[in-house]
Amino acid sequence: MAELVAVIASTHHPFYYRASQSTGQDRPDFADEWVRKITAFRETLTRARPDVLVMVGSDHFHQLWLDNMPQFLVGKAPFYDANFHNEEREFGLPRMLLSGQEDLSAYLLREGLDAGFDLAFSNELRIDHSITCPIITLRPQNDLPIVPIYTNIFAPPLPQPKRFVQLGQTIRELVESWPEDKRVAVIGTGHLSLELGGPRQFGDHGPDPEFDRKAVDWIAHGDLEKCLGEVTLESLHLPGNATHGFMDFMLMMGVAGEGRAADYVDTLDLFHTMEAYFTWYPEGGSR
Amino acid sequence: MSKYLMNKFLYTIDRDPALVARYKEDPRGTVAWWETEQAGRILNCAEAEATTWLRFSDEERTALAEHDYPTLFDLGAHPFLTLTLFIAMFEHDYAEPLAFQREYARRLAGRTLPYPDIAT
Repeated sequence: MAELVAVIASTHHPFYYRASQSTGQDRPDFADEWVRKITAFRETLTRARPDVLVMVGSDHFHQLWLDNMPQFLVGKAPFYDANFHNEEREFGLPRMLLSGQEDLSAYLLREGLDAGFDLAFSNELRIDHSITCPIITLRPQNDLPIVPIYTNIFAPPLPQPKRFVQLGQTIRELVESWPEDKRVAVIGTGHLSLELGGPRQFGDHGPDPEFDRKAVDWIAHGDLEKCLGEVTLESLHLPGNATHGFMDFMLMMGVAGEGRAADYVDTLDLFHTMEAYFTWYPEGGSR
Repeated sequence: MSKYLMNKFLYTIDRDPALVARYKEDPRGTVAWWETEQAGRILNCAEAEATTWLRFSDEERTALAEHDYPTLFDLGAHPFLTLTLFIAMFEHDYAEPLAFQREYARRLAGRTLPYPDIAT
């Protein structure tokens, strides 16, 4: 049986790559601290010695469009090209090629469908910065096969928050029942409070530091009860108009388990958004 | 109301660098051409299978033709699509990093919750 060796939840700030690469006058004053924090966070994945990465993210109107929008989609392909023209243009992200763990994709699709999730699939998926950012931060050598899982946090109507949690719980069950002798890490990225294209965007901090404080506390303590008690599709409009990306953090809380405190927690208060980094080592995983 | 069509305009212009340049240079002409020639194109179908019924409202057409992103926000265009395309067109007209993004926020100041519904 496969072993779930790490569960990692993170923000996916597309400016990290350029900030970390920049030098001289172009290097922002927060870059050194950011790189230090990312380097420490990366070590939490490295020490788990994974063979395969299940990557949870969300397409930002790149390949998936409103004429045919899936709620939850699993990539099933031997390779995934990555990053799009407008991500090169705006964020300086590089073109990438990732390899796929196609047999695990097939397993998650078959077993996920049978577990009550009508998952969409794609045999030719180009992935975007929601998945490449954590590769750049956590596994820059890009040497492991992945299974990409996309969620719709972007184009309403969206699934309910509890559905994200349930999908996370199911992903965990399926990874742990995959009959292959592999070490699997599940990595998912989302947002805390975030505003894009609205009056609260690009401030000195995230648009709602109080929400961010509560959200970090919920995730760090695995407090799904309190989180689900406060978070609704409606309430997520209040902290910022792109805050529905928080539901990917809720999915990762579902993977980590109810009441399971994170083994590693770090944050960085940046302009525009609060960065947050969490790692859990499930029982039996490498510590 | 055709929020979907506004979004489709923003989406299809954004992903083509030549169209981004054309829309910056000639917004009114680009919107007119696009609505006539491109609006009905189903992105994953052959050209002959085009949609026949998609049109902008007058208000939507004018907002797009005037690069009027505050009105696009008010009309419920998807804020991510609007932001991304307008950054591509105007960011480099400003000397300071993020200066356009901050002006964008300033021009939207005063909008209060709930924001316009973006569901399509």
